[in-house]
Amino acid sequence: MISIGERINGMFKDVREAIKNKDPKAVRELAIKQTEAGASFLDVNVGTAAADPAEAMKWLVEVVQDTVKTPIAIDSQKFDVVKAGLSVAKNEILINSSKGDPEELDKFMTLAKEYNASLICLTMDKTGIPQDVARRMEFAMKIVEKAVEHEFELSKVYIDPVLFPINVDQKQPALMFDIFNQIKMISDPPPHRNVGLSNFSQGTKEKRLLARVFLTMGISYGLDAAVMDVLDKDLMDAAITAEIIMNQHLYSDSYLTACRK
Amino acid sequence: MEIPNVADKWSGAVNEITLGATKDKGGSRTKTITIGGAKSIPFMDFEGNPGQKPVVAMDVYDVPPEDWPETLSKPFADVLHDPAQWAKKCVEQYGADLICLKLEGIHPDKGNRTAEETATTVKSILAAVGVPLIIWGCEHDEKDNDVMPKVSQAAKGECCLLGVVTQDNYKTLTATCLADGHALITLAPVDINIAKQVNILVSEMDFPLNRIVMFQSTGALGYGLEYTYSIQERERLAALTGDKMMSMPVICDVGHEAWRTKESKSDDKEVPQWGARDERGPMWETITAVSLLQSGVDIIRMSHPKAVAAVKKCIDRLY
Repeated sequence: MISIGERINGMFKDVREAIKNKDPKAVRELAIKQTEAGASFLDVNVGTAAADPAEAMKWLVEVVQDTVKTPIAIDSQKFDVVKAGLSVAKNEILINSSKGDPEELDKFMTLAKEYNASLICLTMDKTGIPQDVARRMEFAMKIVEKAVEHEFELSKVYIDPVLFPINVDQKQPALMFDIFNQIKMISDPPPHRNVGLSNFSQGTKEKRLLARVFLTMGISYGLDAAVMDVLDKDLMDAAITAEIIMNQHLYSDSYLTACRK
Repeated sequence: MEIPNVADKWSGAVNEITLGATKDKGGSRTKTITIGGAKSIPFMDFEGNPGQKPVVAMDVYDVPPEDWPETLSKPFADVLHDPAQWAKKCVEQYGADLICLKLEGIHPDKGNRTAEETATTVKSILAAVGVPLIIWGCEHDEKDNDVMPKVSQAAKGECCLLGVVTQDNYKTLTATCLADGHALITLAPVDINIAKQVNILVSEMDFPLNRIVMFQSTGALGYGLEYTYSIQERERLAALTGDKMMSMPVICDVGHEAWRTKESKSDDKEVPQWGARDERGPMWETITAVSLLQSGVDIIRMSHPKAVAAVKKCIDRLY
């Protein structure tokens, strides 16, 4: 599972204050803790309150890569903010994210290629988020076509079918599983299948349980990446266990340890 | 019409280990042997670097074997009572790449030799030959835990390969190999999940993964060869697909297992329809070894000089 640790986000008070006061301590600790928990990427998001989002992104990227060598997910849909983060990046980068409009994909794929970065592409455009399988798959196909057109390696493409909260539309999870499965079959190699996991249990009481069960069910259908709370040990354990059950790693009694090494 | 390239791309590789230490590295070996390094399935080197050639270790016992048929004991008739001379003959006359000292005599039921006696035997072999040394316990946990640390100390600096550790008994030998700079053999009973578990347990004692050699109980032809084969094949695939806990070279025990079989041992008079034992026995050992080469092995423990010659010729032709 490609786990993208979500905690370095200006929505959280400690990160917001750190950005405001240019005090790296909280960000450093989160970078270390999430890395130790096994994060494949560290998502960095300046939040909505930053006075100068581009400068704030540069600062976040620099603080994280001064602390750990973990790959970084630059989390912004604003092109100039993403570019700012890339301009100072030393660690491996994943751009989170581009919408599915052709002109957005053109811009972001060109940028990603220039910096040898990977790219999350959402199956939506400026007209909104589709609710059905067919339209999301249409976007997925268009994203793959764009990647081929740009000679952008499909193994660097992450398709995100935009996960709704469970309490918004309970029909959606089953559709998402179908989509993960279909995206796996689009090409060889297929693009990655990603979700923003915390969206799913937003505004619910059993947040951790919902996230955990969705993740394991998703993995069985082909989900292989998620922006998630890597500090939730039960969540990480569940993801590893689901992958063992899907024969993605060789079982051993200490598989939870082995898969984190 | 262009034929599509269907070669696989492997993301992982088998670790390389160098056994033996020369004078400048603190030992007294005249040569070192590097094993492992495969980046592709055996004999499909168009997919990637095949790594180091597999090597043959000849077995030497610390006490004369009691149940060897004449076909097997004849080539060593004058040296079976002297492990150092036996080892010398294996290297100088029969082309052994390494020597494997099998400690049969320390087993409580077979002689119960002491740690001190064994250390002396080890030292005599190290003095007699310049090739790297494998030292294999008797697989009686308590006795091995008593003898192997002394053996390890006696050979300190020589970068030997010591065995074996299991899921239930690994702490003593792992600690001693860590302290004395030896490589370590992890054993699993034809079970790939247990093999991974033993490697994890050993690595949790801070023993470096790249000093481990894996062993799955070897079944001779007709006595479980297929099981050993398929497990070793899965181990090789796990290494090539990037499982760091399975990326170790592999050793197998062909000589001892092949010569336990009635097909190797039986006297010509008992089984005239099977052909002469002088051919039959070495052939049984050879076929076991050559079959296992296909699955991915790095060290083959062997006994009969004729089988050793045949297998080495096969390896030279295929690599």
